[in-house]
Amino acid sequence: MSRKKIFSGILSVIFTMIIAISVQAKSNSLMMATTTSTDNTGLLDYLVPHFETQTGITLKWTATGTGKALKLGQNCDVDVLLVHAPFAEKKYIASGYGKDRREVMFNDFVIIGPQTDPAGIKGKNISDALNALKSRQAMFMSRGDDSGTNKKEKILWKNAGIQLPDKEKWYIQTGQGMLATINVAQERDGYTMTDRGTYIKYQSTKGGNAPLKILVEGDDILLNQYSVLTLDPKNCPTARYDLALKFSDWMASQTAQNLIKDFRLLGKRLFIPNAK
Amino acid sequence: MDFIVAGFIKALELLISGDSSTWTAVWATLKVSTCSMLLSIGAGLPCGFLLGYFDFKGKKYLRTILDTMLALPTVFIGLAVYAIISRQGPLGDFGLLFTLTGIAIGQTILAFPIVTAITASTIENIDHDLKLTLVTLGAGKRHIVTTCLWEVRYGILAAAVTAYGRVLTEVGISMMVGGNIKYHTRTITTAIALETNKGLFADGIALGLVLIMIAFIVNLSLSFLRKQ
Repeated sequence: MSRKKIFSGILSVIFTMIIAISVQAKSNSLMMATTTSTDNTGLLDYLVPHFETQTGITLKWTATGTGKALKLGQNCDVDVLLVHAPFAEKKYIASGYGKDRREVMFNDFVIIGPQTDPAGIKGKNISDALNALKSRQAMFMSRGDDSGTNKKEKILWKNAGIQLPDKEKWYIQTGQGMLATINVAQERDGYTMTDRGTYIKYQSTKGGNAPLKILVEGDDILLNQYSVLTLDPKNCPTARYDLALKFSDWMASQTAQNLIKDFRLLGKRLFIPNAK
Repeated sequence: MDFIVAGFIKALELLISGDSSTWTAVWATLKVSTCSMLLSIGAGLPCGFLLGYFDFKGKKYLRTILDTMLALPTVFIGLAVYAIISRQGPLGDFGLLFTLTGIAIGQTILAFPIVTAITASTIENIDHDLKLTLVTLGAGKRHIVTTCLWEVRYGILAAAVTAYGRVLTEVGISMMVGGNIKYHTRTITTAIALETNKGLFADGIALGLVLIMIAFIVNLSLSFLRKQ
């Protein structure tokens, strides 16, 4: 008898679980693909609850590189994108995958490395710094994942007149997110390129005393623009274009822009709002 | 060393304070792994029984295929399921990518060969005399089958526990198919991978402890069931 009871108990738990799993609210939820920096820094954890209470839309996101995010949009596996590769984004819209592109915030890229700076790049401009890294064969960690940061990095090597050191021993492609790549650089005492927001997040997880320091910054070319992209309904009729547009509008609204402005770690601003 | 100790302290804090991101990951893990274990038993038990009970031509090859499937890497299953349920794939219309259902499909594929193989070998190992005795006693076919299944109940239980252990701890499928979405498809294992990537060991250790605890509770309750 008691065995029967136990079994029926287990069965009912199981059925509840199956029902719980199959009843997933679909009606008002928006799926976003985004870059690792907006997720790793905690910006989305901070912004999204505001968006959800103000609009009643549930926003879910998957954090990956911009390259993969664009691909997810092209395959209609998501509804909206928050990415940072302006050149690729414009091409994306021209190819008929994306519809509206709205610039919402920016920060800048920096080259970070060990305080001892074995390649002596501190204070150099970006092209000279990359040339120094190459001639000193200094360990450099690349994202290597076709993310927005990785796309930018490739452009920078090209601008510096260096063929991408794809197969060089000192050029390490992690294939991982930004914060993960910074941690690899730290473990290997190497250099890497990151957006400033993720760097500040890294500093704050190290209690403000991070082993890797900013060595190169400030060139105009290092600007890092983030934009919200909606998908072209012609390519993706199943995507929630209406909700995507609402998200895009909200990100450009005064409320969201002020929230972004107030998002700080260690007293520093991670992203600077610039929606028009 | 400090961060490891800090990890354990943080672990207890997170669990006791009822931290929502920790507990939603725990809940998601339980839901999806239980679901896929049940599905794999539902499919694997009959297949395993047929494979173990009957002798037929080509059985040896079928066993070889099954044994190969036991070694299927989770990343490959992840990739295959991803390709199939992506909007561009054959099952794209259901919108299963980045859902727990999608993960459950992948994990079922992972656990199915385990359940089938273990069931088949336990059935094969049934005392041959049992069948003979039953036949001599004039038992019907149906009776023989149910008696055999009852005889191997512990073997089936072992299959269930092994399958549960496998799906509970896998990370490849959950990461690729689930997309590690906070509060939705983030499971304990994908959360650990993420926290480690971010260099936040404390949170990772906390979740690891939870995972071990779940495995312990499952095994404990099953051994209790066995004693009944």
